[in-house]
Amino acid sequence: MFYGTPLPGIEREEYSGKLIVLEGADGVGRSTHTALLRTWLEARGHAVLDTGMTRSVLAGRGIKEAKTGHTLGRLTMQLFYATDFVDRLENEMLPALRAGFIVLTDRYVYSAIARAEVRGLDPSWIRSLYGIALVPDAVFYLRVDSAQELVQRVLASGRRFDYWESGMDLHLGGDFYDSFIEYQSQMLKVFDRMSDEYGFQVLDASRSINRVAAVLRRAVARVIDKKPKVGGISHSSTETQTTSDLAVKPALAARADS
Amino acid sequence: MISYGNHRFPGQLFVVEGTDGSGKSTQLALLHQWLKAEGYPVFFSEWNSSPLVKDTTRRAKKRHLFTPATFSLLHATDFADRTERDIIPPLKAGAIVLADRYIYTAFARDVARGCDRAWVREVYKFAIKPTVAFFFRAPLDIAIDRIISGRPALKYYEAGLDMEWSDEAEESFTIFQGKILTEYDRMVEEFGLTVVDASRSIEEQQHEMRDIISKHLKKRRSRNH
Repeated sequence: MFYGTPLPGIEREEYSGKLIVLEGADGVGRSTHTALLRTWLEARGHAVLDTGMTRSVLAGRGIKEAKTGHTLGRLTMQLFYATDFVDRLENEMLPALRAGFIVLTDRYVYSAIARAEVRGLDPSWIRSLYGIALVPDAVFYLRVDSAQELVQRVLASGRRFDYWESGMDLHLGGDFYDSFIEYQSQMLKVFDRMSDEYGFQVLDASRSINRVAAVLRRAVARVIDKKPKVGGISHSSTETQTTSDLAVKPALAARADS
Repeated sequence: MISYGNHRFPGQLFVVEGTDGSGKSTQLALLHQWLKAEGYPVFFSEWNSSPLVKDTTRRAKKRHLFTPATFSLLHATDFADRTERDIIPPLKAGAIVLADRYIYTAFARDVARGCDRAWVREVYKFAIKPTVAFFFRAPLDIAIDRIISGRPALKYYEAGLDMEWSDEAEESFTIFQGKILTEYDRMVEEFGLTVVDASRSIEEQQHEMRDIISKHLKKRRSRNH
């Protein structure tokens, strides 16, 4: 099941694996939770592939090099990331899903879409571009309320403010701090909007790591243990998944327009 | 966002398109000399020339990393960088931009490789619409002859060997170029390409190009005064 036009040569088929996405802003704990989930899933006896942005054989290195130069325009950046995404989709994610793996991905197309929107690119253009993306079995959105909370996490990690995470290419503020706050606030707004559009399962990421991890494990277990539906699109439904810990936004049906 | 056909920049964009061996680069070089001699600010930009993307493309070609989709997207990345750095700024500055190959090359090649026609066009929606897009149409056998006799060996992707139409490079190349030419022919009407008969003499073709471009340069003068 794809959002739009499938990739050339890719058959529409049912996969025995599951595609599980962790999304959220910079510094919200996605990679920590991906690692915890992986360990837990493997202990439970599942084969896991984990992947994330800029990890493709084809474009990963090129993107990193291009980003160090700070001369990467917004369109070029988007298309470079799309290249990276498709290389991983074709060579890692789809083969793993066919082979029955749980594919855990740290970010998916939604981060790319949010970055494009904040940078003023045409929202319908970026969505058509990513029409080649497979609709995941679940998207967990690690949500925080404010950019200030993200700043605290950057400080706690001991890292410097990153040029791109601060949206410095957008010239939103006089320094890294001001720019970071403005950029991440805009990103959070877009993520919240996409939450309805794409049926994210929203997790409050401001709680402790253990707490968030426990909620995630329960939610992931439900996705994995769910019997595959016959003859159709498997989509999370509100009735089965709502718990007090996990706010499930109504899932919009993926566009099956081609 | 800027999308195809929407710009009102003072500069002008002339592009040449056509199959390999159609003689379009020769024609564009002659045009470039002429425009410079006439005193116009001219900026030249060619396909696959982004310094940000170059290393990735080279490595992927060498190691055969591309699928039709990633081939398409990485070339779109390269084109986006050129649009943002080499095409829009000179057009805003009022220059004449000459492009050796443009989005039509991607449309022809990517669709020949099996990409969805509508999707590829959507990917390139940010492109600036050219003032004139010349399509150098050469009969397939002439173009193929020029390439095969003029180069040491056909490269893997150039010959379309990734598509496994044939194990034999020349045969694969011939099949690929045939599909590409079919796509170009479809685009003549769709995008209003200006067809130049590339089987005529170099001088005749150049004369025709200059005639067409002169008319646009006159508009330019009247607009700028």
